[in-house]
Amino acid sequence: MAIWLSRSRKIAHFLNPKIAYFLQPEDFSYKIHVNYVNSSSFRTLSGENFRSPHAFLDNSATVSALQRRCRRPESTRAGEQVETRYSDDDYEDENQAMDFPGGRVSFTHEMKFISEAADKRIPCYRVLSDDGYLIAGSRFEQVDKETAVKMYKSMVTLQIMDNIFYEAQRQGRISFYLTSTGEEAINIAAAAALTSDDVILPQYREPGILLWRGFTLQEFANQCFGNNADYGKGKQMPIHYGSNKHNFFTISSPIATQLPQAAGVAYSLKMDKKEACVVAFTGDGGTKQFRSDGVVVKGQAYGIRSIRVDGNDALAVYSTIRAAREMVIHEQKPVLVEALSYRVGHHSTSDDSTKYRPVDEIEHWKTARSPLARFRKWVHKNGWWTDDEESELRGSIRKQLLNAIQVAEKTEKPQLAEMFSDVYDNLPSNLHEQEKSLRETIKRHRQDYPTDVPL
Amino acid sequence: MSADPKVFLMGEEVGEYQGAYKISKGLLEKYGPDRVVDTPITEAGFTGIGVGAAYYGLRPVIEFMTFNFSMQAIDHIINSAAKSNYMSAGQISVPIVFRGPNGAAAGVGAQHSQCYAAWYASCPGLKVLVPYSSEDARGLLKAAIRDPDPVVFLENELLYGESFPVSAETLDSSFCLPIGKAKIEREGKDVTITAFSKMVGYALQAADILAKEGISAEVINLRSIRPLDRSTINASVRKTNRLITVEEGFPQHGIGAEICASVLEDSFEYLDAPVERIAGADVPMPYAANLERISVPQVEDILQLTKVGRRLICKKTNEAE
Repeated sequence: MAIWLSRSRKIAHFLNPKIAYFLQPEDFSYKIHVNYVNSSSFRTLSGENFRSPHAFLDNSATVSALQRRCRRPESTRAGEQVETRYSDDDYEDENQAMDFPGGRVSFTHEMKFISEAADKRIPCYRVLSDDGYLIAGSRFEQVDKETAVKMYKSMVTLQIMDNIFYEAQRQGRISFYLTSTGEEAINIAAAAALTSDDVILPQYREPGILLWRGFTLQEFANQCFGNNADYGKGKQMPIHYGSNKHNFFTISSPIATQLPQAAGVAYSLKMDKKEACVVAFTGDGGTKQFRSDGVVVKGQAYGIRSIRVDGNDALAVYSTIRAAREMVIHEQKPVLVEALSYRVGHHSTSDDSTKYRPVDEIEHWKTARSPLARFRKWVHKNGWWTDDEESELRGSIRKQLLNAIQVAEKTEKPQLAEMFSDVYDNLPSNLHEQEKSLRETIKRHRQDYPTDVPL
Repeated sequence: MSADPKVFLMGEEVGEYQGAYKISKGLLEKYGPDRVVDTPITEAGFTGIGVGAAYYGLRPVIEFMTFNFSMQAIDHIINSAAKSNYMSAGQISVPIVFRGPNGAAAGVGAQHSQCYAAWYASCPGLKVLVPYSSEDARGLLKAAIRDPDPVVFLENELLYGESFPVSAETLDSSFCLPIGKAKIEREGKDVTITAFSKMVGYALQAADILAKEGISAEVINLRSIRPLDRSTINASVRKTNRLITVEEGFPQHGIGAEICASVLEDSFEYLDAPVERIAGADVPMPYAANLERISVPQVEDILQLTKVGRRLICKKTNEAE
């Protein structure tokens, strides 16, 4: 599963020296309290190929050259910006390089194809071992007891919510459901690392973010049952949650449409000058249809900084998103985070994934690689969580959910007028007529009209 | 753009190049690159960005170099822009305008000549406007940008070069036209001709010629395809008792089909003759100039059909055989 973070990047953005803030490897800790465990090399986090572009700011000749050329289209200036990352030392000999629009390229007399696969795959950042021990040498952002316990409890709540709603669908009480099982760490740790001002453009497997931000179990149930308390007024199928007050955009089914839209939201956010960013989520369906080393390698292809993180390690995800958020807000550039994980559940209640993957693989990821188990061990070891609290929590959540379902089921559906509302800002005359016509039909056939839809 | 800082223009060549058809000439210089944004060649990309920006409170105007290219972005237009207000139950509004030239130009071939009025007008959640004259262009575009709903604004490349007389009222900075109202360009009593965009000009020319032959045609400039001004059209048909619809686009499921259905539903008893539809030929637009000419309605077609009617033409053909 991959996460895009974009503060905003105007399509043709000429780098404004006033806002440039370039990340030096040593600068990583500029805003984050970093916990060192036996010191470590930073390179894994920022990527080996990330070079300091300080040369750009210090080199006044470069700056004025760019200013002189300010009549040129923005796109070529973006290219120059990339070029100045690379040291000018390489290009002393005119015969060794050529100026193309967009930058200098050195020549080679060897015909060498770039391999379709790198020798080594991009390594994956993780902090907690499978047994819940901090890995020696890890750099990560420390999480206090309150946050850690809230994270763990939220992961448990998400897991139980998924189980119970899934069962409700199987019982025919709701029409559809899909779970985030296996991806609880991504959901919750990402949510915990962000602020409530950060705008979320989800795919559909991120309800944990809403949960973290205070969406209640009753509110989830209301949407699944499409009753009159549903913020979506029953207009969408289950799990298509949306809430303006939680800065969580309503879920829209088409895959990956939210990615360019997130850039647009970020552009708008930029104009508001808020200390906030946009986070767009997407999974394999939106990205990984190719024979490449996952999605992280696409970052460089797009000129976007990227990182691969263990999506089942809540601490690693937390640290990564915190760092990425800072970069995005202060540098005003997008960041790509590839969180490796495994979708334990079926795609949805309309899917039987055993048809296309082995059952023992599912079992392995469900048990041995469970993000909850791993985080629980760490929280437990810190003395922040007990088994008694565990069973109490699980019992309580279960009860709350069953109650929420009962209440949601009994709640009336949205009234008839809502069928026609919100097509446009104002109700157009043709819909007004259609509603009138429908009501007349209902009057004539009252016995056929459903009892739980108020007129 | 001067009235509202949230309005911005985005599209290919809208900035440095002054607009592919010079529509945005001078805007980059006046408003700067934050509000006049040149994009790479990716309709799916910049349309998505525009929709996202509209989601979060800006008022983008997205330009397609031609609406043929809008097909690359049509999921954003239909599934995101048109439907989001409904599917979010009012939490996400999309005050966006998609504009650009639509329909046939001259010698640009099949993939650059299609009319998209029928496609977009079929989708609830969208508004679809089609200007003809300069007054239409000014008044309707302002209305579109001010409207809180997503609007598809279908211009015409050949009309860009045409001049129209305008009143002082039109030139006033506050001038705006209502969405959903057609304009009766020419009053008449013998037959109603509905048209939009370039075809309005052709219908008016035909009406002039018909007048000399004693036929008084009422020409309706639709201006708004969705919502369609059914009441103006029906009122006119009830007066004249005959209807001819004219459009450039493909005939099946076209605008004329919808107008015909509306009139049959509301004014059946008033019709003295079947409704006639004039549309483009049911073929991908050919490139050759002579073929292109006969693939698009011409003034002669309007004249011929008004005077003779389809059934009579067929009858004559049969007799010839």
